This record gives sequence, structure tokens and C-alpha cells, in this order.
Amino acid sequence: MKVYLDNAATTPIDPSVLQVMYEVMESTYGNPSSIHAHGREARSLIERARKKIANLLNTSPSELFFTSGGTEAHNAALWGSIAAYKPEQVITSPIEHHAVLHTLEALKGEGMIRLRYVQVDGQGRVDLDHLGQLLQLHDKGKSLVSLMHANNEIGTLLDLDATAAICREHKALFHCDTVQTVGHYPHDLERSGMHFMACAAHKLHGPKGVGFLYVNHRVRIPAFLHGGAQERNMRGGTENVYGIVGMAKALEIAVLNMEEHRKHIQGLKSYLIGRLQETIPGVRFNGPLEPEESLYTVLNVSFPPTEMAEMLLFNLDINGISASGGSACSSGSNIGSHVLTAIGADPDRPAVRFSFSKFTTREEIDYTVEKLGEFAFQCNFNKI
Amino acid sequence: MPKLPIYLDNNATTPTDPRVLDVMLPYYTEKFGNASSRHHAYGWTAEDAVDLAREQASALIGASPDELIFTSGATESVNTALKGVFETYRPKGNHLITVASEHPCVLDTCRHIEKAGGRVTYLPVGSNGLINLQELRAAITAETLLVSVMYANNETGVIQPIRAIGEICREKGVIFHTDATQAVGKVPVNVIEEGIGLLSFSAHKLYGPKGAGGLYIRRKDPRVRLKPLLEGGGHEKGLRSGTLNVPGIVGFGKACEIAALQMEQDAKKLSALRDKLEKALLEIPGTALNGSAPDGPEDYRLPHVSNIRFDGLKGDLLMSAMPDLAISSGSACTSASPEPSHVLLAMGLSEEEARSSLRFSLGRFTDPADIDAAIGICRQAVERLRREGAH
Repeated sequence: MKVYLDNAATTPIDPSVLQVMYEVMESTYGNPSSIHAHGREARSLIERARKKIANLLNTSPSELFFTSGGTEAHNAALWGSIAAYKPEQVITSPIEHHAVLHTLEALKGEGMIRLRYVQVDGQGRVDLDHLGQLLQLHDKGKSLVSLMHANNEIGTLLDLDATAAICREHKALFHCDTVQTVGHYPHDLERSGMHFMACAAHKLHGPKGVGFLYVNHRVRIPAFLHGGAQERNMRGGTENVYGIVGMAKALEIAVLNMEEHRKHIQGLKSYLIGRLQETIPGVRFNGPLEPEESLYTVLNVSFPPTEMAEMLLFNLDINGISASGGSACSSGSNIGSHVLTAIGADPDRPAVRFSFSKFTTREEIDYTVEKLGEFAFQCNFNKI
Repeated sequence: MPKLPIYLDNNATTPTDPRVLDVMLPYYTEKFGNASSRHHAYGWTAEDAVDLAREQASALIGASPDELIFTSGATESVNTALKGVFETYRPKGNHLITVASEHPCVLDTCRHIEKAGGRVTYLPVGSNGLINLQELRAAITAETLLVSVMYANNETGVIQPIRAIGEICREKGVIFHTDATQAVGKVPVNVIEEGIGLLSFSAHKLYGPKGAGGLYIRRKDPRVRLKPLLEGGGHEKGLRSGTLNVPGIVGFGKACEIAALQMEQDAKKLSALRDKLEKALLEIPGTALNGSAPDGPEDYRLPHVSNIRFDGLKGDLLMSAMPDLAISSGSACTSASPEPSHVLLAMGLSEEEARSSLRFSLGRFTDPADIDAAIGICRQAVERLRREGAH
């Protein structure tokens, strides 16, 4: 049995998304900047996609800019807002995705920003009182806040409304890494209080290589990629037409079926939690478990210390189960998870991130628990 | 009658080769993994596919695979190369040299660098579209970090003396970047033999998908160092973060492999068709070729491009009189702007002459019937407009 439980790294594309992309690839090959029929056809596909996405997220098409993915969107928002508004401080958290963290660290390294980290607790919850205190260190309107809506490794959700309210009170710019929640949680951008937010299509059963940056109409940032006049002079480069069309379709499917998918996936996650608690002695979880505080697509499981820790993911893999030991972005670097380190997780306890999608089944969960149970038995977890 | 409208705008973008599309599809479906996932087979399969594509794409330009990073396209590659060199080597100097007829992505990036404290020299070109090597040599100072000259011009197809530029840059110890977006896969390109330090190119100009491109970064003799443009998870050896567009990269690799195999054959076919088109159009009274260099070597132009001036007619008007022809009056990236082509102005054409010029760019899927039909359509439209006295 092959079981894919690494949907926070990337999701399989939805067949109907691929269908619309394939049609575009085959027949609409014009450059959207060309003024002839081929070009106009490609242009109208892009603008229809933009309108569709805007409707689904309750925003205006003029606030959406297509990018090559989440990383580019983060870089464009952070670099651009810092260049345009020159904030006296930038506040982020130690558990952000590297696309945000490394970008801010690079800007700090070049002496462009003063970087401050808001405290998080042992479950990865942002201390909003501390955020308020940090914001008070500078005058109103002099800070940029970049916090993620949901943590990709441990699933902790940010209280978006409360965070936006604090930012509003201090007139701070607010960039939100929503890469793990677009298409999984409702986003009403007109009312969200976010100035910037980012999407990567491949996290919601869309294609890789495409995403978007939302820029609220009250703020203005310079272009990140210089080149042609594409994306209203904000992002040069020939548009990835089929990618954009695929992303709009993926978001449409995700938003229209959100409640059904959420119920299904949350049900599987709760079921897995229960099954693990009864099967694996000494099992724990990183990040909160309460549905209102935790991304329903992610469960980070903390296993008891064992000399065979290294074998855990390998064992899962040989049994056909794909999961991740930390965020895929950092898993190649062998430096361990910065998120688990920041929340003070016990380094001796091996952690596995299981992340689910609408395609995940109860049989796959049962099979995974069965294999984990066998491994636990080999490791003598119950004797520890 | 061929399928209408006839697509003669392959310098704007090319249709994806069906063989490319075929190899991409599995990476959307059963092989959908994230190439950075190190703990399971989905990730390894994706990574293997990216490795193969890196070999295919680097082989096409004579580079080794570890000298190529994947990007979202040529614009990102150019931005990474130019800003990266400027940021990294700034203690050494602040001067860049480029050419007035470059693609907007190079020119816009240079303007951005000027705002950030850089100094940029824009070399002129002659009426043949070529730079003067003496002027290049004279422009290089101790402060010069980089020379950026496009391999082949997108509007005229004119190929610059790349090897000679490479030699001058090597002799003077400055980095040579070339925007080879229009050349790679169309004519032989070799970064080692031609002394190229950085090279930008993209998939969708060589029958690959949109949204994928490459940047060659020389690793030795001398090594070129770059600060990354996109920070994040440390993908592409820290030089370009962001989840890899695996299907796009797979398609890019395949497109490069196909180009390597049939470049010669494509070029032969296309230059014959292009010459036929060009000859017929130049027989129309009051027409001229832009970017010709009658005394230049034979291979000074891309084999599939022709830029023709129709005296007394506005290019835009002529184009709208030929809805069955998909061509362009400049680069696609500036199509929406009413400005006359900066490339043709740089070659010494008047604004009126520049506005009366059209670009025809053929491609792998252009066939003789397309060219015969295009000649007829164009001839009729010109005659009609001239008869009606439309200016």
C-alpha cells in the first residue's frame, strides 16, 4: 500500500485542474503580452483567472499579483514593503517558514532592518501581548509584522483577527504567510486587515511554479522582478498561463468544497490522534490539538526516545508511507527543525509530521497506525 | 489553407512540443512529489527528474550540471544575475555595461541598479544592430563589474560577436552575462568556448513550458559568485529558494534535449522558409530589412527571424489589416506600449521607420504552406492599404 501523508510539502494535483491546464497547454500558446489573437486569448485566460481568485477571496483583481510561488511572493512583499516604507523594526516569530525567516535575516545582515522576534509558547502559539509590547517600542506606523497563519510543521494557527487588530491599533504593516491555509480556511481579504498575503498553488492541489501575492490597495510597493510591463509593472516576465489557470481552478474547487473537505480531513486527524494514543505507548504531539487552534491538515507526532529514531522515517518509507521529519524545505539540510527547537521540544524524541489531504482515506490511516505499532513494538516503546 | 491565424510570433513564445508535454504529465499526476522531500520516494523521484533535466539543459549550453540553477524564467534569471553581481561585488566597483538594444528585462533591471547607486553605460549599436568592440573595450574601467550583452536580439535576430566579447571580458577581468533567451536551442551556444560567465535562458522560447528558466553560473576559471534574489528554504544550493516547479523543469530539460538533437535540422528548414518569406516581402516596393549586414558573416542572424520595414505604413495598422497573421511590431513585453521599438531606434531608424516595421519569427511547427499564405496575406494587405492611402 502506498500512503502519501506529506501534503504540507506538496499536494497531488486535482485531475480537473490538470484537465484545464492541459487544454491551455495544447491550444493557447500565445504570449499574453502579444496583441494578436493568440496573445489576447492567453491574456483573457489570465484575467479571468485573476477575477475568479479575487471573487473567491473577496478582494479586487487589482490587488492580486501572480508570482512563481510562495517564496517569491514572500520575498516581494518583505523586500518591497521594507524598501517602500522603511520600517524602524520588523517583527516576526522564530517559527516562520524559511522563505520568510531567511529573507528577513538577509535583510538584517545587510543592515536594512532591525529584526525582533515575538515570543511563542511550547505549542507554537504567538504571545500577542508580547507583540503589542514590541510594537510600542516604536512610533505608530513604523513597524512591519510578518507572521504565519498556520505553521507548516506543527500546525499551530494564529488568531488572525486579533493579530490584525493589534497591527491596526499600532498602524503596523501586516504580512501574513497564508501558504498553508489558502483554500483550506475561508479568507475574506477585504475584512482581514492583512496588507500582504501569499499563496502557493501546489499546496492546494494546484500546480507547482505558480502563486500569488495579495497587496492591499492602501499600500504600494516597488516591483520585485524587473522586466516587461507584466502584472501592471509589478512583476516582469512572461506569465505562466496554464499555471495561473490551474491555480484559479484549484482554488475554486477548494473553496466550493471547503466544508466537506475540512470535515473529512479533521475527522481523519482526530481518528489518527485517538488511534496513536491507544497504540503507541508514550506518544505525544507537537503543537496544539484543539481544532480551533490547529491546522486540520497537519499532525506532528512526537515519539518516545529510542536508539532507532533514525530508522523511523526509513521504516515508514519501506512500508510505502510518505511522511516528513520536519518541513520539506529544511529536511535536506540535516540541521533539525528550527520550529521544534524554538518551541523547546525534546531533541531526543523523534518527530514525524503527517499531513493529510482530501484524498487521504481511513484505510490509509489504519495502515499507518498498524505499521507504527509494529515499529513501536520492535523499539520496545512500552518498556521505556 | 493552413490553420488560421498563422503563428509567426515564435520569438514571443513557442507552442509546447507534444513530446515535451508528454514527459511533463506524469510529474503532475503520479510523480507529484516535492523535490526537497528527503524522506520518501515521492521526493526522490522528483529530485531524480530535476537532476536529469539539469543535465539536459546544461548540456545544451556546454555547461556542467552543477553550474545551472532553475528559475521561473529568463526575467528572473536576468534579475538574479545583474542584481546578484552588483550586490556581491559592490566593494570592487559599481559600473555595469550593457547595450541600448537589450531586452526590457535587462534595461529595467539596470535602471533599478542605477537607482541603487550603480552606474550603467549603454553601448550604442550600428545600423546593423551590432555593438562596436572597440567601444566596449574603451568603456571598461577599473570600476566595471559586469558586461551584459544579449546573445541574439529578440526583435531583429541579430547575433552579437559573443566570442569576441567573452575574450575582451576575460582579458579585462570583468564578468560577462548574456541574455541568450532567443539563441539557446536555435543556434549552437557554448559557455566555455565563448567565455560566458552568466547566461540566462527560458523554456518557453524553445518549445518548453512557460514558468521555467535557467541561469548558468560559472563555477571555475573564474568562479562567479552571486547573492541570491529569492531567499528561503535554500533550494538550488541556496541560490534560488522556492519549491521547484518539477513538471516545468522536466519539460524544460526535454525541450533542451530535443533542441540539441534537431537544432541543425530546424535551423536549415527555418532559414530556407525565412529566406523565402523575406525575399518575397522585400520584393514589395518600399520595403527594407532591419538589421541586415550585407558584408557580415553569414550566421550573424538567427535563422528564423525577419524584421521588415514597410515604408509609409504604420506597423500597427498593417497588423490589424492582417488578422490572420500572428506577428508583432516589437517585443511582446512592450506590445502594449505605444512607443516605437527602442531596438530599431538604437539602430538609427527614425520613429516613423521604427513604427512601420514588423517582426516575423518562424518556429519548429511553421510549414511551407504557412509561409506561402503569409506572403499572400501580407502582399494583399500592403497593396490595399497603400491603395487606400492609409498612413
